[in-house]
Amino acid sequence: MQTHLTVVLSKTAFFAALSTPLAWLVWQIAIEIEAPTTALGADPGEAIVHFLGVWALRFLLLAFAISPIQKLMQQPVVGRLRRMAGLYAFAYALLHLAAYLFFFLEFEWEALLEDFVKRTFITVGLVALICLTPLAVTSTLGWQRRLRRNWKRVHLLVYPAIAFALIHLYWLTRDGFAEVVLYSVFFLFLVGFRWVKR
Amino acid sequence: MLIKKPAKIPTSELTSETAFINRRSFLKKQAILGSGLWGAGLLGSAQAGLQPDDSLTPENVVTSYNNFYEFGTGKGDPVQYAHEMNTDPWTVKVSGEANKTGRYAFEDVVKGLDVEERIYRFRCVEAWSMVVPWNGVALRDILRQFEPKTSAKFVEFKTLVRPSEMRGQRAVFQSIDWPYTEGLRLDEAYHPLAIMALGVYGKDLPNQNGAPWRLMVPWKYGFKSVKSIVGIHFTSKQPRNSWNVLAPHEYGFYANVNPAVSHPRWSQASERRLPSSVFNPNRRPTLPFNGYAEEVAGLYEGMDLAKFY
Ligand code: HEM
Repeated sequence: MQTHLTVVLSKTAFFAALSTPLAWLVWQIAIEIEAPTTALGADPGEAIVHFLGVWALRFLLLAFAISPIQKLMQQPVVGRLRRMAGLYAFAYALLHLAAYLFFFLEFEWEALLEDFVKRTFITVGLVALICLTPLAVTSTLGWQRRLRRNWKRVHLLVYPAIAFALIHLYWLTRDGFAEVVLYSVFFLFLVGFRWVKR
Repeated sequence: MLIKKPAKIPTSELTSETAFINRRSFLKKQAILGSGLWGAGLLGSAQAGLQPDDSLTPENVVTSYNNFYEFGTGKGDPVQYAHEMNTDPWTVKVSGEANKTGRYAFEDVVKGLDVEERIYRFRCVEAWSMVVPWNGVALRDILRQFEPKTSAKFVEFKTLVRPSEMRGQRAVFQSIDWPYTEGLRLDEAYHPLAIMALGVYGKDLPNQNGAPWRLMVPWKYGFKSVKSIVGIHFTSKQPRNSWNVLAPHEYGFYANVNPAVSHPRWSQASERRLPSSVFNPNRRPTLPFNGYAEEVAGLYEGMDLAKFY
């Protein structure tokens, strides 16, 4: 019972934490509607695209960090949180794409095709999103059972997903590389940790 | 309000408000002088190339959404941190192919020049734009004081380097090699649309907009319009500009606004006119030379603008 309660509590807390950025964004958008340019600035569309992109990446890294944390803490409950972090990362990435489609392209589909083909930072963003899609789809227990040992293999896609998301960020950064360096070092650290503690 | 007459006014008719420049806050004086004229119908405003739907970007947006990497890479960093920069006293070092070189006090250089209001579209290379009422002086009136020699074909400008007051210059993992440097061909710099802005919205330039003076070359992407200038160098060779050094295939020397030549990472065919809103990205087509083609296209006759981007 004790453990069940712990699971429920930690899941609820985690759920709240992962929803916070989105709730904050919705709140900022509500302020924007009341008083334009006061919450998200002169170019709210750009602010929204960036905000969603950053949190997609952060939660993806969080999901990736959970197995090592679980090993260190010897707490099985932590492992249960991995799926939620990953799904949230995917949701933020989808919203990121939707915001970009609306604010940057106004749903001009030719422009999207052009971006996918011509703009390499967008191409790698798309590749990252494509890598994430099967992870999200197969995240349920049913799929875990059905795929058995292959499930682990499918979920190796998280490596390219993060790598491409980082390349995406690196290529879109004009200057001020501290952010992308920080995330990349963290990712490499986790990869190293997994490799050592195999 | 200011833009009552959307009609095109040829550059030959650009009128000027005469204002005596009296050290700092000269713009207040100019505003007093100018107020009568505004009432009488915009005599002081240059509106070359304004489109019927160009309405002024609100002052708070113009002064709070800026790219000024000396203070950080975020759009909100300059307004937050630029007050740390001390602009008084301000000197400019003039060097190179000119008869009058040396150090000059900012006030002495602008003293006695006509300050005009110019309402210009401002197009950033990042595909956003504003419409801004600058107060400035013709760039050529500034440059000619230094008597450039005939060997001078280009002019180079440098921004202040003062890491103690400019936190972006202290940041790690930033790759601009300070000072921020820009340049123009001399005939571009002498074009009547090119100004040195001293103010915006009738007030002295706020630090985040490039106090005490910054270029405003409205037919080029914003990064050409270098801020807080401390160096003017006349040269026979094309100078290298900071963004070109950093990413030569993305940013050229000319950087004329051109919807037909996309940036490798995004299209330049359209722009978001700020402020945009959560309901409306406020996108509009980008115009060749930012809508000033009639005035400036002649400067580039015979040049392949896809090659000299
Ligand atoms: C089809 C997929 C995607 C498209 C079209 C896309 C598009 C964009 C665009 C247009 C920007 C803004 C670039 C700029 O303003 O210079 C951006 C920024 C960003 N994107 Fe994506 N993206 C995609 C997928 C992803 C994914 C999967 C992630 C992470 C998991 C991600 C993370 C980011 C990050 C971190 C930023 C930078 C935000 C900032 O600097 O504040 N993107 N993306």
